[in-house]
Amino acid sequence: MSFDKLKERNIGTQEYIQVDIPEYPETGWAEFKQVMKRTFSAELFKGLGITFKIMKEALFKDQMHTTMYPIEKLPISPRYRAVHKLLGLLESGHNRCIGCGLCEKICIANCIKMDTKIDENSRKEVTEYTINFGRCIFCGYCAEVCPELAIVHGGRYENASEQREHFVLKDDLLTPFDQLKFQHEYDGFGAISPDADEKIKKTPLAY
Amino acid sequence: MDSYLIETIIKVVVILSVFSALAGFTTYIERKVLAFMQRRPGPMHVGPFGLLQILADGAKLFTKEDFIPQHAIKPIFMIAPVITAATAFIAMTAVPFFPEFTIFGYTVKPIVADINVGLLFILGAMATGLYGPLLGGMAQANKWGLLGGARTAIQLLSYEVVTGLSLLTPLMLVGSLSLIDINNYQAGGITDWIIWTQPVAFFLFLIAGYAETNRTPFDLLEHEAEVVAGYATEYSGMRWGMFFIGEYANLFTISFVTVLVFLGGYNDLWFIPGGLAILLKVGFLIFLFLWTRASWPHVRPDQLMWLCWKILMPLALLNVVVTGIVVML
Repeated sequence: MSFDKLKERNIGTQEYIQVDIPEYPETGWAEFKQVMKRTFSAELFKGLGITFKIMKEALFKDQMHTTMYPIEKLPISPRYRAVHKLLGLLESGHNRCIGCGLCEKICIANCIKMDTKIDENSRKEVTEYTINFGRCIFCGYCAEVCPELAIVHGGRYENASEQREHFVLKDDLLTPFDQLKFQHEYDGFGAISPDADEKIKKTPLAY
Repeated sequence: MDSYLIETIIKVVVILSVFSALAGFTTYIERKVLAFMQRRPGPMHVGPFGLLQILADGAKLFTKEDFIPQHAIKPIFMIAPVITAATAFIAMTAVPFFPEFTIFGYTVKPIVADINVGLLFILGAMATGLYGPLLGGMAQANKWGLLGGARTAIQLLSYEVVTGLSLLTPLMLVGSLSLIDINNYQAGGITDWIIWTQPVAFFLFLIAGYAETNRTPFDLLEHEAEVVAGYATEYSGMRWGMFFIGEYANLFTISFVTVLVFLGGYNDLWFIPGGLAILLKVGFLIFLFLWTRASWPHVRPDQLMWLCWKILMPLALLNVVVTGIVVML
């Protein structure tokens, strides 16, 4: 499998079909009528007919419902909390992270470590940012607390590797510069809710 | 005499090897058919279309540890699967699988022993098979095994009655217990099939056959949702495999007997030669076994007993009485 194919394995939609279930009979007479109807319309053989129809459709109309997992994947919800991502600023390509250290502070598994320094423009710069996935419990507090929406949970759940350390480096988490144009505004866990504007309140000082 | 002995030995070896292999192949077919009926592809990674899955399963069964629980009664525990497999194959000795054919100028009757009480022998041998699950279940010092063994006793013994009574009516028409005679009775084409004169007996025998071979609407002996694996709970490896070879051999025996007694046996069907016709009919019956497994839910043990003693047995008795009156007139 080529690398491009590996990245595009999503199939299917998450559109579900509601099954039409008729009302249950409530009175004894209705129950009796249902039993009689089912008996004399040979429901057992109707059941056989349904399974045979499904087999026909699966074999000849390509309605097999299996996702061939390593080759295909089902899309997951944007709120899924898998391996973290560090997002960048679309204009400059800089890391969004301002080095405030809130995620490091709130992390209940104590797995985020960051190093910062003052750079030549006397701005705070993050030099190291690591998440120890041996300890991370994927609670999502870091994504929720981040004021800049810099650290978020991505959808990359296939984190099997020889070593857990393979996922922790800042270079892996950070969106690469050439991939920035594919970066969407994050709508998943910890993101601003769509009705954030209505929820916002003036600070008490403004009254 | 010598040639008879050699011929018999060859037949026995062929039947043993073919049906042992077919048991494995039927598990593959079963998994595939069930999968298609549930919109799954089934086994597909080992070999072309997953065909070598049988070999992989076989290798797994053969190399597993032969495990005997601490408090089990060892000799009985060890011999129980052999009883199931052996009786299943013994029952096959009286089944004529094909019409007579000539090979190298030598006429072969594809039946190991053409005994005049063939049908009775088959039923008896298959009924003896009940001791396999019963003894195995009781000897393994496991409560699920014990429950499975108890269910074996009630289920197989009860449905033995229905099998016997439902087969009585075709026998009254034919007047012989030999399956070859029963087959020849239906030689005159599709209208001579006994199913047209004995439809009730056919359905009763089919239902009882499902219960006897422990197939899905009535597979209470090893109903996973209730009793783990029933009588087979503590079995592993080839001992477990022998139970299942026996079960699938019984499946084939019941299918062959149903075809021979009710569906015209190995007589030529229109343009289809008899040997192929019986294989097609048996194939359809096997498919029916899998089809019902995919479609119908289990019944409860009390429903099973209710069905046997309050519905099927009176029906079978009534069928015998009515057939008797009709034959007498």
